[in-house]
Amino acid sequence: MLAETAREPDATSGARGSQTHAQSASPVTVALRLLNFGPLLILAILIVVISLLTPNFLKPVNIGNILAQTAVIAIVALGQQLVILTRGIDLSVGANLALATVIGGLTYRVTDSGALVILAMLASGTLVGFINGAVFVFGRLPHPFIITLATLSICKGLALELAINHTTMRGMPEAVTLLGETSPLGVPNSFFVVLGVALLVFVLTKSMVWGRWVYAVGGNPKAAVEMGIPVKWVLVSTYAIAGLCAGIGAVVLSGRTAATSPLYGNLLELDTIAAVIIGGASFLGGRGHLGHALVGAVMIGVIRNALNLLNVDVFYQMIAIGLIIVLAVEADVLRNHLEARARASQAARTQ
Amino acid sequence: MSGVPVLSVRDGHKRFGAVHALKGVSLDAWRGEVLALLGDNGAGKSTLVRCISGVHALDEGEIRLDGEIAAISTPSLARRAGIETVYQDLALFDNLTPAQNFYCGRELSFPSWLPLGLRFVSNRAMDREAASVIDRLKVKLPKFDAPVALMSGGQRQAIAVARATVFARKLVILDEPTAALGVRESRKVLDLVRQLRDEGNAVILITHNMEHVIELADRAVVLRQGRKVGELKPDRGNQHELVSLIVGAEA
Repeated sequence: MLAETAREPDATSGARGSQTHAQSASPVTVALRLLNFGPLLILAILIVVISLLTPNFLKPVNIGNILAQTAVIAIVALGQQLVILTRGIDLSVGANLALATVIGGLTYRVTDSGALVILAMLASGTLVGFINGAVFVFGRLPHPFIITLATLSICKGLALELAINHTTMRGMPEAVTLLGETSPLGVPNSFFVVLGVALLVFVLTKSMVWGRWVYAVGGNPKAAVEMGIPVKWVLVSTYAIAGLCAGIGAVVLSGRTAATSPLYGNLLELDTIAAVIIGGASFLGGRGHLGHALVGAVMIGVIRNALNLLNVDVFYQMIAIGLIIVLAVEADVLRNHLEARARASQAARTQ
Repeated sequence: MSGVPVLSVRDGHKRFGAVHALKGVSLDAWRGEVLALLGDNGAGKSTLVRCISGVHALDEGEIRLDGEIAAISTPSLARRAGIETVYQDLALFDNLTPAQNFYCGRELSFPSWLPLGLRFVSNRAMDREAASVIDRLKVKLPKFDAPVALMSGGQRQAIAVARATVFARKLVILDEPTAALGVRESRKVLDLVRQLRDEGNAVILITHNMEHVIELADRAVVLRQGRKVGELKPDRGNQHELVSLIVGAEA
């Protein structure tokens, strides 16, 4: 899955240019290529450095831990990635996940059916996402920031109100707790859920017209309207899928903890946005793929885990993640600047 | 069919709140003809074009295609009716390749019984088709599979015009296609316009460049403050008349 980032952007398919300029390796294009590989490179360096600092890091048990802890962030970040591709943002994913777990916990009080509990969580997540998208588009809001901030608050409040005794509820059906267990292959079962969601997102974005439209809407919203793309429905469905991902994250998290809680998903919106941006997707929309979200999620997991192993105070972890976000966003700005430079030199060459 | 204009706008009105952008404009466009649409900034050219291409709807008046009243309420309906528009801002997607830009909003895809958005894209077919069009139009691109963000103004313009040529069956509208281009790149685009016309399309060309109008246009319609103030066959002799119609300084 990490190999994804390595295919950016010119290795896509059989290169056929009607007129091929010799691909001169100007400093600008070299820098651009470095920026594209940057996140993966940094992740590799991080892993090497950390494994030198703490020998425990590369032990199978610890790697299993990282994968299990990263699973929820990775799944929800894949949804967040789609939203960010359309120039949007979903601040509600954490609270959405908390509400979904509570709905699942309440469903479990009524029925023992694992399928129904899972379905309830997925439906709850999707519904909240759909509401985000529908209010944003049909309420003609200028930006999804406000509506998703509002649903963050509403979901959090609802989750606290609905949860029995307003707190964590123990117990989940076996079908759900199964996800918290380790497979015979040595990796946690939740890892396969991540793979499944990644595959789904891959098919949606790479093989389906819908995915092409997501990129189009993020690349040039006005042109998307002029080209006859149903922009409104593309946006609504994108937020609904981001909500579905939060619902899947809820299943995985309540599976790992065998509990549901209105306190889950705290600051998950930050982690997922950070994962997408750190991974190398553009905050300005239209650029990025699922490899970015996955690399970013693993990077966050690795940093957290390493700082834990090194006994670094948890507050410093928050500071570290924040600093990395700043760096990642600046790298994005730098990339856009370099691309403008490359375009200018290209134009000069053809004149 | 030569007796019927391919596009006919009758008494078109358009208001944006208090602004009366089009005040009863009528206009005909014929196959195999380049019609120049002239006027100062704010004269209503772009509004008229956006009404014809389905972005806006006329408040009053009618649009006929081949003599039939056409309901062009959305851009995709306009495109389906055979009207292609090259907007001033090109409406290109910087993050997509030329082929992806060509087919955006009408992707070649399967299976056909699904709604378009849920179908699977046929990338290879789109790449092949787009490449053959690019070759036919003799457009030179540095790389065919790179996003258009990395291409020059002329190349981007050529891509936008080429996209229109793929799908145009009746009418192509070009909104200031040479405004941002150098002399050589402009020449290329004008060649494309000529080619579009020779392929039997009606072409509506919006431009401020009088040289291009005289060279290319068979007819010129002048708008001023939302009204049609003149229609003539542009040549060297009436160039001054054209300009004074545009700026409203009757001699």
